[in-house]
Amino acid sequence: MKAMRAVALLCVLAPALALASETEFTLDHAPIDAHDTESLQRGARTFVNYCLNCHSANYMRYNRLRDIGLTEQQIRDNLIFTEAKVGDLMKIAADAKDAKEWFGAPPPDLTVIARSRSSEAGSGSDWLYTYLRTFYRDSSRPTGWNNVVYPNVGMPHALWQLQGEQVMKEAQAPGPGYMRTVQQLALDKPGTLKPVEFDQLVADLVNYMTYMSEPAREDRITLGLYALIVISILIALTYALKKEFWKDVH
Amino acid sequence: MAATEQKLPVTGAGPFNGVLTWIDQRFPLLSLWREHVSEYYAPKNFNFWYYFGSLAMFVLVLQIVTGIFLVMHYKPDAAQAFASVEYIMRDVPWGWLIRYMHSTGASAFFIVIYLHMFRGLMYGSYRQPRELVWIFGMIIYLMLMAEAFFGYLLPWGQMSYWGAQVIVNLFDALPLIGPDLALWIRGDFVVSDATLNRFFAFHVIAIPLVLVGLVAAHIMALHEVGSNNPDGVEIKAKLGPDGHPLDGIPFHPYYTVKDTFGVMVFLGLFAIVLFFMPEFGGYFLEYNNFVPADPLKTPQHIAPVWYFTPYYSILRATTADFKLVLSAAALAMAFLIVRSPFRAKTKALAVFVTVALLVGFYFIDAKVWGVVLMGLAVMIFFLLPWLDVSPVKSIRSKGPLYKSALAVFVVVFLVLGYFGTQPVSPFATYMAQLGTLLYFAFFFLMPWYSRMDKTKPVPERVTV
Amino acid sequence: MADTDLDRAKRRFLLTATTLGCGVAAGAAAVPFVASMLPSERAKAAGAPVEVDISKLEPGQKMIVEWRGKPVWVVRRTPEMLKAVQADDERVADPQSTRSQQPSYAKNEYRSLKPDLLVLVGICTHLGCSPVDRLEPKPEPFAADWHGGFYCPCHGSLFDLAGRVYKNKPAPDNLTVPPYKLVGDAKLVIGDDTQGA
Repeated sequence: MKAMRAVALLCVLAPALALASETEFTLDHAPIDAHDTESLQRGARTFVNYCLNCHSANYMRYNRLRDIGLTEQQIRDNLIFTEAKVGDLMKIAADAKDAKEWFGAPPPDLTVIARSRSSEAGSGSDWLYTYLRTFYRDSSRPTGWNNVVYPNVGMPHALWQLQGEQVMKEAQAPGPGYMRTVQQLALDKPGTLKPVEFDQLVADLVNYMTYMSEPAREDRITLGLYALIVISILIALTYALKKEFWKDVH
Repeated sequence: MAATEQKLPVTGAGPFNGVLTWIDQRFPLLSLWREHVSEYYAPKNFNFWYYFGSLAMFVLVLQIVTGIFLVMHYKPDAAQAFASVEYIMRDVPWGWLIRYMHSTGASAFFIVIYLHMFRGLMYGSYRQPRELVWIFGMIIYLMLMAEAFFGYLLPWGQMSYWGAQVIVNLFDALPLIGPDLALWIRGDFVVSDATLNRFFAFHVIAIPLVLVGLVAAHIMALHEVGSNNPDGVEIKAKLGPDGHPLDGIPFHPYYTVKDTFGVMVFLGLFAIVLFFMPEFGGYFLEYNNFVPADPLKTPQHIAPVWYFTPYYSILRATTADFKLVLSAAALAMAFLIVRSPFRAKTKALAVFVTVALLVGFYFIDAKVWGVVLMGLAVMIFFLLPWLDVSPVKSIRSKGPLYKSALAVFVVVFLVLGYFGTQPVSPFATYMAQLGTLLYFAFFFLMPWYSRMDKTKPVPERVTV
Repeated sequence: MADTDLDRAKRRFLLTATTLGCGVAAGAAAVPFVASMLPSERAKAAGAPVEVDISKLEPGQKMIVEWRGKPVWVVRRTPEMLKAVQADDERVADPQSTRSQQPSYAKNEYRSLKPDLLVLVGICTHLGCSPVDRLEPKPEPFAADWHGGFYCPCHGSLFDLAGRVYKNKPAPDNLTVPPYKLVGDAKLVIGDDTQGA
């Protein structure tokens, strides 16, 4: 009987076992905190300033930002630069056809990008955090930029003035028993932010984008705890009831 | 019930007695309740595995209810479908909860159904006289797969789109009618708005209707012959002085309270997934499905949702080289049948089928055979009542051969499922091919190993 | 055994407790489903207050603004029109607006926040048609001695220049005044009358 239950358990858990898999590079872990409203607000500001010109967030309403501690007036004054009303979706005016001509592909909508970029290599947040920090100069690309996580990406480095310009350099690193040549990013021309500050800016941005990909996340977790408490009580009650009735049988 | 029967007051007391009696005089309320619940005698030795039948029913209701509320907000339109799902997730009050219930419920349905089917395999619940219970159940399983497949297109993400594209193209492989059939299913030259609309119609109306009817038939057939049990004892053979089985207990209250407890435990596990890991590592909600469908760009790695992957593995295992292995297997089967004490007609038929298969393997390409094998892998479950010729039903009485075969089958099913989620590699293909052979061996060799097996006698009475 | 009184009491207690527990839980679980049918964020955004620039609205003119999918009329009344409203007092069914819907600041002689500016939901209180405007005082087919107002083409209800319904007409009540406020002289906000925001 025990063995069979183990098989049943395996049936349930089998998908989880399939997670292990190798990847070409490791993603940096995004240091984000969904409860840090100041970080989320800074991220939202970076998002509307730097992303929301070419990229849309077509499923996100501005006034949903009340979730991260902003009032409608603050949203109107600090985050809306277009004709949009506070209840409107974060749409952009850019024409998809033009964009396709400039970048080779229309810039994707970013509402749920933090979910869609998840993979076995790491969460979508980790991907974004690594991606936004690993642009480097590459004269062979039409935009002059390339990316470690997303090779031959169509998007230029939108935050280059802040980060500065990185280049890909060969370096020696210890391999298994010998020194080997590896490609490494190096900061060539510094930007207006120090590397630590830039990492913080990107972390805030990713924190916001992660929130935006599932605004109901915090509600979901809170409600889940209540639901589990109620269900535990019901499990106990129904178990006692079942035992009581089955005294007749045993 | 016969009209001449004297109708008694329903409860004899209580606040609703008058109303219930009034109804019962016009509708067989009491006799239905008695026949299927309060005086349906079920064996008293049901164990853990018998929870999954009532759980499947519970999940069906859950899916129907959440589905109704999703349809209130969803738009079956290629231009709006993706956005309408995000609208449900964000703008509809509590929409996210209802959507996650439905998406988690879909996977939960298959977990419950697979465990329910495994119970049947273990205790021989498909054996005479329960063949029709099994067959109705198998049709439910087929319909459920169709329901899941149609439903998966609706979010109109990349996985929805390309999954539907690949599966519809399977029909394209069929000889002669294939291309026209695929075109007819899609209603367009690619998966498109027309496809989405018809899949929506099937998902929300046609198949649920059929499912509910089939579930009723499944239960009516079960209650006609009575439930099997872990010992494989027919409890109706030993009746007590009151005319009820000695080893039976009324379904209500004993199994209603037990199943209620089962539902609560299920809800606990369901809530853990629903509230804390609704994507379930990309298996319940695939990450790529958060990208809107793009007919011009196939994602790098597409895999069906986990519950289809064992069959998907079998599809991918069938390469041109694998046809040689299949030919050898067909020859071996023919040899086995010819050497066994069957009637001459059967032997002749086996030889004929084998020759036809060999010719087919030689002339028809592997794509077609992949589809055929995949279909066969599902359909062969229908034959189980006749493939198993063991004198006993339950695994408790069966011998080491059947126990090993079932254990290997379960492992093979899981391994095939695992490799179905992985990108193609030579090793994965090899494992899938080995798995495919073992999968079919479980069924095709069953008439032999179930006969040869050393069985134990079935106990007189159930053991508790 | 179950036959003892003690067991029966325990069984009854457990049954009641479980039934109550499951009932409460089922009730709680029904809340999200029922609530999901309430207006969504999209509907709320579409029903959000509307800001209108009225600086170019000349006396005697009418403009139509869409608010929550309904036509809202904004009329800048001339002094003559206001006199006509006073003269209509004995012709209309509810001159004091005791039965009709309007915010407290519009429950007055002219049914408006500022006398000259009339804001009305342009939906007839009879069966939901939108009346047409006959603002000029001149003889009309439906009233020889017409002071100006609105005429509903569906069933012939008449309203004066304050949206008050005439006596003996199918419409039961005066036209509804939506909540609104003025921000400065030029901006009218329909659907929001909270001050200081």
